[in-house]
Amino acid sequence: MKIVVCVKQVPDTKGGVKFNPDGTLDRGAMLTIMNPDDKAGLEAALRIKDECGAEVTVVTMGLPKAEEVLREAIAMGADKGILVTDRVLGGADTWATSTTLAGAIRNLDYDLIITGRQAIDGDTAQVGPQISEHLDIPVISYAQNIKVEGDSVIVERQYEDRHHVVKAKMPCLVTALAELNEPRYMTPGGIFDAYDAEITVWGRANLVDVDDANLGLKGSPTKIAKASDKVRKGAGEKVTLDPTEAVEYLVGKFKEKHII
Amino acid sequence: MNKMNLAEYKGVFVFAQQVDNKISGVALELLGKAKDLAKDLDTDVTAVLVGSDVKGLVDELAEYGADKVIVVDDPELKDYRTEPYTHALAEVINKYKPEIVLVGATAIGRDLGPRVSARVATGLTADCTVLEIGDFPINPIPNQEQKHNQLLMTRPAFGGNTIATIACPDNRPQMATVRAGVMQKIDPIKGAKAVVEEFNPGFTPNNKYVEIMDIVKSVTDTVDIMEAKVLVSGGRGVGSKENFKMLEDLAAVFGGEVCCSRAVTDAGWLPVDRQVGQTGKTVRPSLYFAIGISGAIQHVAGMEESDIIVAINKDEDAPIFDVADYGLVGDLNKIVPALTEALKAEMAAK
Repeated sequence: MKIVVCVKQVPDTKGGVKFNPDGTLDRGAMLTIMNPDDKAGLEAALRIKDECGAEVTVVTMGLPKAEEVLREAIAMGADKGILVTDRVLGGADTWATSTTLAGAIRNLDYDLIITGRQAIDGDTAQVGPQISEHLDIPVISYAQNIKVEGDSVIVERQYEDRHHVVKAKMPCLVTALAELNEPRYMTPGGIFDAYDAEITVWGRANLVDVDDANLGLKGSPTKIAKASDKVRKGAGEKVTLDPTEAVEYLVGKFKEKHII
Repeated sequence: MNKMNLAEYKGVFVFAQQVDNKISGVALELLGKAKDLAKDLDTDVTAVLVGSDVKGLVDELAEYGADKVIVVDDPELKDYRTEPYTHALAEVINKYKPEIVLVGATAIGRDLGPRVSARVATGLTADCTVLEIGDFPINPIPNQEQKHNQLLMTRPAFGGNTIATIACPDNRPQMATVRAGVMQKIDPIKGAKAVVEEFNPGFTPNNKYVEIMDIVKSVTDTVDIMEAKVLVSGGRGVGSKENFKMLEDLAAVFGGEVCCSRAVTDAGWLPVDRQVGQTGKTVRPSLYFAIGISGAIQHVAGMEESDIIVAINKDEDAPIFDVADYGLVGDLNKIVPALTEALKAEMAAK
């Protein structure tokens, strides 16, 4: 079977978050990682590969630097990496991004497509379902478990207060939650292979059944009217006191604010 | 994108999400917001009610602000599945041509919204915190038409560290999702009635109709942390599931609830419905205790609108102190029980 996994390179917001003196995020000082939900999706694909045998192709759209996440994926055990990169794709919103990725995936044979539920930089959760719509295949979002059975995929689909056990005939697209699994580490052999692996690079000309009018900034129905770094309300008081004094301090503040 | 005749599109529509034939709170909140937007646009509010045997819910939607309810009722719509629900909402959009469609940013809405937006070829803005009517571009730009009466959708990005205002000037409908707890319901107007229209576009199962084999409801106490006035929230620093007892005791003093950061649900100490943050719930209580929480931006995004934030953490560099009104650097194991006792004594003395 053939599995396509879509991954995104994102700035790492966990742990190593750096702020500028004005309280805004210092992006230059932050590292990039493979988006966590996508990494869980890749791990799910690799587990299917381990159990039933599968060819896992990883696709990313981004700047040339995004090749790094493809090499990481190959080092984890993916078979092939495809980088979709082109100046005309820049500034894409989720509609134009999903149009682009669908145009790339139309070149590939696939039974199953796995994307992360959402990326930690945009948090929209839109690209996976939109790709499935462009490809006219079923989607199961928010997967907390993925199993392949014959020509079907069986997914535990998470909701706020329940989960559904859902069965879909492949081809199908599934969006993965980070809590789906614990992604494996890269193996030394894998890292060696990844270093030598050939990454396929596709541009606009490689996209199938895609109109120019639907790509990049121009093809994005949503437009940014205004963007700003968030003005945080700022830190209040911070005190280091022994426990008794700390409690007195806080009780005093609560009285001042009529909380008690 | 193909050019649409934008002038054809009228009215503010709300996807009236129901689960087990009960209207979700976020749908009622969206009706409240839709009323404001409709007033600015001099139009009316339509709820789109999709499900099986749901006609009985129409009056509730009217009481919370729907002028009109379009009911799509079909046995195929009993439990949420992407395809039949997408078909229902997309066909409603194609037939009635609304200028705005609001959807709750729930586990349903964040699947349905993108699929519908892709089908009807329009933009969708996720997890909006402010919705208003205004001009695009906001300030006039030479040689560019400034469009009026646009939906301006403001949302946090990057875990809440940047804020963007987004418009969808050339496509209709303008679609947005909004998380629960962000907009306000109106006080219900008892006895209000809406114009009801039934619409069934036909549901013929195809390969996209997935099969629901089982529905497993979570057997947790269904505490809604979004309703609590006081929240005592714990993070990895609390150390263990057992230590959450301390937090429960503190919460009990205020009649509040215990919630947590993602690290805690990942460790299995508390269920997911108690999680605050980007992947959990957005809360805005009057008082929020962040105890042993470092303050990753994903967590902060879900609680920074709280009126008063108290942070207790042994790491004086923890980013949670950047958003706290009162920050105590110290050992939570000592401070929290002492605080609980002191507060009990204060309350008793009153």
